[in-house]
Amino acid sequence: MSLHTTRLLSSDFKLLALVSFFALLTFIGCGGGETTGNASTNAASELSGTVSVDGSSTVFPISEAVAEEFRSVAPRVRVPVGASGTGGGFKKFINGETDINDASRPIKASEQDRLAAAGLGFIELPVAFDGISVIVHRENTWVDVLSVEELNAIWKPESTVMRWSQVRASWPNEEIALFGPGPDSGTFDYFTEAINGDGGASRSDYTASEDDNVIVTGVAGDRHGIGYLGYAYYVENKDAIKVVPVDPGSGAVAPSAQSINDGTYAPLARPVFIYVSTQSAARPEVKSFVEYYLDQAPKLVAEVGYVALPAAAYDVAKKRFAQGVTGSVYGGDRAGVAIDELFSQGVN
Amino acid sequence: MEASRIQSRASLATSPLLRRRRILSTMFQWLCLLFTLCGVLFLVALLYQVLRDGLGHLDWQFLSSFPSRKPELAGIKSGIYGSLWLISLTAVFAVPIGVAAALYLEEYAKPSRVRTLIQINIANLAGVPSIVYGILGLAIFVRALTLDRSVLAGSLTMALLVLPVIIIAAQESIRGVPGSLRQAAYALGATRWQTVRDHVLPSALPGILTGVILSLSRAIGETAPLIMVGAYSYVAFVPTGPMDDFTALPIQIYNWAARPQAEFHALAAAGIIVLLCILFLMNGVAVLIRYRSARSLK
Repeated sequence: MSLHTTRLLSSDFKLLALVSFFALLTFIGCGGGETTGNASTNAASELSGTVSVDGSSTVFPISEAVAEEFRSVAPRVRVPVGASGTGGGFKKFINGETDINDASRPIKASEQDRLAAAGLGFIELPVAFDGISVIVHRENTWVDVLSVEELNAIWKPESTVMRWSQVRASWPNEEIALFGPGPDSGTFDYFTEAINGDGGASRSDYTASEDDNVIVTGVAGDRHGIGYLGYAYYVENKDAIKVVPVDPGSGAVAPSAQSINDGTYAPLARPVFIYVSTQSAARPEVKSFVEYYLDQAPKLVAEVGYVALPAAAYDVAKKRFAQGVTGSVYGGDRAGVAIDELFSQGVN
Repeated sequence: MEASRIQSRASLATSPLLRRRRILSTMFQWLCLLFTLCGVLFLVALLYQVLRDGLGHLDWQFLSSFPSRKPELAGIKSGIYGSLWLISLTAVFAVPIGVAAALYLEEYAKPSRVRTLIQINIANLAGVPSIVYGILGLAIFVRALTLDRSVLAGSLTMALLVLPVIIIAAQESIRGVPGSLRQAAYALGATRWQTVRDHVLPSALPGILTGVILSLSRAIGETAPLIMVGAYSYVAFVPTGPMDDFTALPIQIYNWAARPQAEFHALAAAGIIVLLCILFLMNGVAVLIRYRSARSLK
């Protein structure tokens, strides 16, 4: 009997120990919740609430940097940033679950329709440039430039290019190894739009990864490899891979901060955006965050490896937000229009 | 007599047939050892790489800071808190339901077609990919019950994920309780509830708790369902209640691993070490419980 009681007690003890273990965890969790509401007395520091941001993983580092810096301005405002992809983010945005959506491509007509159906408006703001970079192996001696037509021949749907010699006869008769982002990526959408003329149209027999580091590793490890990825990934891996200048017909241009910013790196330089819900923009913490975003973007964008827009474009974006200009400037043929002019539409 | 026995043994040992069989047996033993080492070797290689890359970044600053765009300032605080919140709440939901379900199936339910159907369903649910639970969680908890992207919605989703494993582990453990214990209790006039409460459950508890901790260890490493229900990637605050937004260790690690800068890859390795430590800690608790129960049963 006494033996049995001991066992019972010890079992109870174990349960108690476990329960208190988890209780402790919960307690610890409750602990560090203090906000650092101190000193500065300007309007933003009085703000509180949550600004939820989600969307493109390409734009994520920029929004993260702004959210991080915003803490020093408005310490009581929480700004969680997600990275569920441009499309995935728009689904949440349309559901009213987020205030701001990061996007590495303009909003699609179908997404605009669903937003309208949900009774939501949006303000489209460009925040930075990304230059999609075409990369080859470091010891690739033959590729010095690729024209848009050649890129199209390699990447178009049902492409029959299997060897380098099929791209240019003088190139080696070696099998070409293709690496690129998967179809959920905004980089994929933009590249296929610019090169194949239709967002989403691409050959599918290539090694696809949503993680650009995998593309770097793939191309760096294959002498006959070629791939495309975001500019920041090329910059960080300059010594592991070689970038290929792209010739749109007017001369070869390699991606650089300069050529992306002034628009000469065409057609693979693309603006990336934030979309702000008009309902959310009425909230002071969201308004303050977006204003801060456009204010700090030139500095922070460069810090995280992207290229800042021309100063005029940020000015136009600020006006656009201040005046609450809704709708997208995309949808028609916008080729060759400078970004600040493009976004001037509807701005007084 | 003695001599002849020794001699017969010697001749047996040198018989060519027996020698071949022994060689075969030894070879098989070595083969098995080789395959065993295969698994260990990969683990060692993995640990070596993670420790080499991450150990240098593992300090108090890393553990007590929020994520940052500057690798030298970045920390994993919000990930640790998020994961602990998530796992604690998951345990709160999954353990009582799982144990109760196991008790019903083992102690109360009569063998019937319905019981078999439930049993098969639970076994199948244990094999459903975690992303499917994520989609379910998004539809039910985040949208239908409007819990939004809270740590509560994440925990409920995780609870669904670990529930089948807990039920199966608890059932095994309850089945291991000798029938004589129940009969003795009945003989003394105990009701079924008293028998379960005072005898079956205490005896099965160590096994149940081990199963619970191992299934929670699995949950703490899950990423896909959390991304589905909307855990964030950058969170610079710790949750103060179940309705708060959150991130979790595996999400933070993935976020760093996918960055272009090599410094962030090292941070990801440091994050993996933190996650491994928490896992070891939880598994250690499971081992401790087993050990203590083995001692108290003696």
